[in-house]
Amino acid sequence: MSNHSEAVFEKQPMWAGGRSPFNVSYGKLMMWIFLLSDAFTFSSLLIQYGAQRFSNVQNAVTTKWPDPASIFNHFPFMHGLHLPLLFVSVMTFILILSSVTMVLAVEAGHRNSKKEVERYMIYTILGGVAFLSCQAWEWATFIHEGARLDGNFFGITKEGYAHLGSVHFGSHFEWDKAVDRTNGPVPFAALFFIVTGFHGFHVFSGVVINVVMYIMTVRGTFERRGHYEMIEKAGLYWHFVDLVWVFVFTFFYLI
Amino acid sequence: MSTAALHAEHDSHHHDHKESFISKYVFSMDHKMISRQFLITGIIMGLVGMGMSLLFRLQLAWPDEQFGILETLLGKWGKDGKIDPNFYMGLVTIHGTIMVFYVLTAGLSGTFSNLLIPLQLGARDMASPFMNMLSYWFFFLSSAVLLTSIFVETGPASAGWTVYPPLSALEKAVPGSGLGMTLWLVAIALFIVSSLLGGINYISTVLNMRTKGMSMNRMPLTIWAFFFTAILGVLSFPVLLGAALFLIFDRSFGTSFYLSDIYLEGVGALENIGGSPVLYQHLFWFLGHPEVYIILMPALGITSEVISTNARKPIFGYTAMIISLMGISILSFIVWGHHMFITGMNPFLGSVFMILTLIIAVPSAVKAFNYLATLWRGNLRFTPAMLFSIGLVSFFISGGLTGIYLGNAAMDIQLHDSYFVVAHFHLVMGSAAIFGMFAGIYHWFPKMFGKMMNNTLGYFHFWFTFISAYLVFFPMHFMGLAGVPRRYYQFTLVKEFDVWMDVNKLITIAAIMGGMAQVFFLWNFFYSIFKGKKATQNPWESNTLEWTTPVEGIHGNWPGEIPTVYRGPHEYSRPDRESDFFPQHLPDETAPVTAPQEGEQTAPTEVVPQETVESSVFFAAIKRVLGLS
Repeated sequence: MSNHSEAVFEKQPMWAGGRSPFNVSYGKLMMWIFLLSDAFTFSSLLIQYGAQRFSNVQNAVTTKWPDPASIFNHFPFMHGLHLPLLFVSVMTFILILSSVTMVLAVEAGHRNSKKEVERYMIYTILGGVAFLSCQAWEWATFIHEGARLDGNFFGITKEGYAHLGSVHFGSHFEWDKAVDRTNGPVPFAALFFIVTGFHGFHVFSGVVINVVMYIMTVRGTFERRGHYEMIEKAGLYWHFVDLVWVFVFTFFYLI
Repeated sequence: MSTAALHAEHDSHHHDHKESFISKYVFSMDHKMISRQFLITGIIMGLVGMGMSLLFRLQLAWPDEQFGILETLLGKWGKDGKIDPNFYMGLVTIHGTIMVFYVLTAGLSGTFSNLLIPLQLGARDMASPFMNMLSYWFFFLSSAVLLTSIFVETGPASAGWTVYPPLSALEKAVPGSGLGMTLWLVAIALFIVSSLLGGINYISTVLNMRTKGMSMNRMPLTIWAFFFTAILGVLSFPVLLGAALFLIFDRSFGTSFYLSDIYLEGVGALENIGGSPVLYQHLFWFLGHPEVYIILMPALGITSEVISTNARKPIFGYTAMIISLMGISILSFIVWGHHMFITGMNPFLGSVFMILTLIIAVPSAVKAFNYLATLWRGNLRFTPAMLFSIGLVSFFISGGLTGIYLGNAAMDIQLHDSYFVVAHFHLVMGSAAIFGMFAGIYHWFPKMFGKMMNNTLGYFHFWFTFISAYLVFFPMHFMGLAGVPRRYYQFTLVKEFDVWMDVNKLITIAAIMGGMAQVFFLWNFFYSIFKGKKATQNPWESNTLEWTTPVEGIHGNWPGEIPTVYRGPHEYSRPDRESDFFPQHLPDETAPVTAPQEGEQTAPTEVVPQETVESSVFFAAIKRVLGLS
């Protein structure tokens, strides 16, 4: 795997107990198993999305499902402009960048370079916080437009595309449940909140973990230990969260 | 230096520290103590679950009778000595939940995975003792929440242990769908966390913490079973978490993932619609079917070990046993649809699920025949553990055969939700798994508590339980074939079912007998913990490593170095040896049983045969199965 792993585990021709079969420590193995398990949790959420999504397809051409490009078209300080998916692309870019800095931190850890680990962990934490802030803004906008857990008025009706949100955006919007609920598939907004919320919770946990890792690095815990494996484990988690976002992004914004 | 060795060293420094009562008995991080905690919690939960089944059996046998004691016992739920119909549903639900999750998942695999994985693999403790402790305490919390839900004013959850929406999603549906259901969901969420913490630990320990020489193809079959069980748990429970998350939102936050149009008197009854209750069933059974094997496989593993030891024969088809476990594990993830044949599933999809389901009969039959072949002409020692293992084989066969009926979509449409199903799963996973658990308790009691259990009481316990289990569940097949539906409160208004009244009485009497038989066990268990005969080092003359640890069970398991392993776990009655067993840790050169444990480390490594290369074990096994070698 890496210099570090080779340093920790002496090579033997054949594994017969007492040593790791995959040349990973049990801690890293546990993280992998946890991530596998977590992948199944996210799968169950995305399967729920898929089931709702595809049961709302009337035929190949017309669909009742709202068009994400028309809903997620806002950008901070660019009021009123139609900028489809621009903001979420920026979010995604930030998260992927933070994954890159995480890789750099792990790599610096292999070289036992404490200063560099600290620097890249700070960048990673900043990236995570930036992503969470973006998500907060996106949620706030979406809620402001009238999205609720218990109903949805985004969608396509017989009369054509109904997207009250941008019409009423910014005004004192009163959402009449009884009238508007017929417009779109009800679970649309609820799914958005639950799935991105669950992912956001993971990002939040990741930021907390990264902060802890940063503090431990600054205090020299890993330096004394002689290796930065904890950074690697946190990195595994962080990359997983990033990977899941790619799926969430694809499902909610692109399909 | 390897991390495992670091860990071991770290632990061995610890074992002579003075421990306080709290750190030794309450928040213990020692795997042996945690396994005892799991076992005793599991036994208590089992008693609650069994007590509930006796209550609703009373109602089924004597629906018009009034039992004064019920009013004293249950208060408003037993008014005029009759069980309230809503509470009856609550009893059925909580009985199922407790038995499936709390007794046969946590109580069985929690107990024996914790006890045996480190001991049989030669590890000082679990990979993460702290997570192990958390796992138990999440389980404890979960049990407490579930038991609390029985006492809330609207009664416990009462939508069946599968808690299908909309019944479980709408508070108005039944009283039990109120606070009781919320507590049920909280309890299950905590349970999932516990099972995840445990499962991750079990898998990493099996993969990473084995002693020298303990290659995968020398692991006892118990460990293989726990290993696959843990994988199933880690992959399937998260999906239940997802399903429960949506259900929680549907219940409490106004979403409608599982709620579709429900009309009462021509008017839409719900504000929020658009979801699909069938999706819940898909998500639930994606857990639910692997869960069946999470329950059964540890019992099968324990049985393999107990039967081989007490038949004084190598287990028949060691690698076939592993491959069949693996086959069952893989198949268990792709057969969940057979629980849903009558949901309006596309018949083509139904046939796919049907074929996959029937394929499970192959690995299951491999296991059954291997048990029989191991017993065949063995030098049988009928210890209580052996009897319970043979009992498991009996239930596994008699209950498994009806699985072939139920796996057929055409049959299942008739038999679905009838007593035939109840009979099937109570035999094949209920009775079989609980017998596996009893076998494990009787077999490893000396290791857990350093004392012996009384054999005579064990025999009484076995025979009464065995006979009553068949008396309870066998007649249910006929009731189910006649169309008697499960989960009904009483059948007095259906004339056609009058003929089954006597059968119902027989079943209830047998159930009470089975319940009372557990007194033998409880007395034996708790009395022996304190006053039992002191256990010897290796009471069953077994090969596996756990019998090389000191009887009193120290922290860190082995006082000195961990023994090295030289051969597979089932080498009984080798013709070239005087004694009929050959412990795994004795090198080939040394004299048999009496050889001291020291000096093993100096044994030359050439003793390790070539075929311990991990990847070759499966190819070798496949070759052996195909008769190519």
